[in-house]
Amino acid sequence: MAEVAVYGAWASPLSKRVEIVLKLKGVKYEVIEEDMSNPSVWLQNYSPILKTVPVLIHEGDPVVAPNVILEYIDETWTGNPIFPQNPKDRAKARFWIKFIDEKCVPAVMLACWGREMVQQMATQEAYNCLKALEDELRGKKFFGGNNVGAVDIAAIFLALWLGVIEEINGVKLLMHDQFPLLSRWVNDILSCSIIQETLPPRDQLITYLRTHNPNSFPSGT
Amino acid sequence: MAEELKLFRTWSSPYSLRVVHALKIKGLEYETIFEDLSSKSASLLQYNPVNKKVPVLVHNGKAICESLVILEYIDETWKQCPLLPRDPYEKAKARFWAKFGDEKLSSSIWNVLISQGKEQEEAIAAAVQNLKLIEEQLQEKKFFGGEKIGYLDIAFGWTANLISILEEIIDLKLVDEEKLPLLSAWMQNFSDDPVIKQCWPPRDKLVVKFQAMRESNLKTVLSQ
Repeated sequence: MAEVAVYGAWASPLSKRVEIVLKLKGVKYEVIEEDMSNPSVWLQNYSPILKTVPVLIHEGDPVVAPNVILEYIDETWTGNPIFPQNPKDRAKARFWIKFIDEKCVPAVMLACWGREMVQQMATQEAYNCLKALEDELRGKKFFGGNNVGAVDIAAIFLALWLGVIEEINGVKLLMHDQFPLLSRWVNDILSCSIIQETLPPRDQLITYLRTHNPNSFPSGT
Repeated sequence: MAEELKLFRTWSSPYSLRVVHALKIKGLEYETIFEDLSSKSASLLQYNPVNKKVPVLVHNGKAICESLVILEYIDETWKQCPLLPRDPYEKAKARFWAKFGDEKLSSSIWNVLISQGKEQEEAIAAAVQNLKLIEEQLQEKKFFGGEKIGYLDIAFGWTANLISILEEIIDLKLVDEEKLPLLSAWMQNFSDDPVIKQCWPPRDKLVVKFQAMRESNLKTVLSQ
């Protein structure tokens, strides 16, 4: 195994989060592709509690949980930091990452995929979450400021996966006239070459998600 | 110039208590604002408009929200009595276990509180399994942080207080000294620490509160 390896899955936004950060920092790594519905013995050994991707292996030691991995990478390879240096801004970034993973993404998933009786409430919750992120983007190109930061990387779900599940379900949440800043952010982040080359092709993701239960995705929490 | 440090909290919130523990361990002076969550103050809503929850720490006018985020902020801003390990790998382990405590462990403990009969037996088995996993992290140390209380001790601190309250309410032992000796010892050591001891909310009030939560949740299940 290489010095740095990622147990990941090509369709997982959480896996891709880790790969994007490694690429931004110029860290060479090997991907060990996992089937999310059937985790390998190796993955289960390295991550006995979560049993899910992503897992980062660095010099033989496993680091688990996507956001723990992000902070570990930023602290270990200190070039091109993705977290702000200032403690207050770092705290804000951590807050927004937690918000995206624990409030925004679940609300969006329920709004698109939930049963009818929960969908209406979930849709309202999803709009509230997107509005909060829209407000946070005010005056900035990226959540990280002029450059892509940890919050942008955490929000990558919204840049690609959201559009895909909207299309599959015939739902539109991220509407341009309601969320102009977030819509512009989606274009800007997808234009970054490192992000483009790391994310899965959209049509491949559409085909995959049409036939695979998205609730089998590992959650961010 | 004196620093402005304010903590918005409730009397019973274990998440707020984490911040109290961290501030006291670091020897920091701060003002406490107690919130009534059924009638949140305009200040709280202004400082935490997104989640509208406690705890919120306000430092020189800037708000920091989410208890574990606040712990890291405190540790990065005031360097005395460090709470988190310096080594990135050890830090990653501490952060992972804190998350585990907040997600898997706390929901399994909650399930014990709000269930009865066979369902409760199963909930207890699951909770004890999670507590065993936590205990393994202690190894032979006095605290998760080593010789002194650290980030993970503070993150797990709620167990040292609320589990015995739960045991009193359901009249069953969850943390058995024989089955979980290291965790039992840790709970005692943590609770006996002079800084921690002075911060616990009134026990009798907590018993009443959690008893009421149990009853209302059991009633909801019965009426379904």
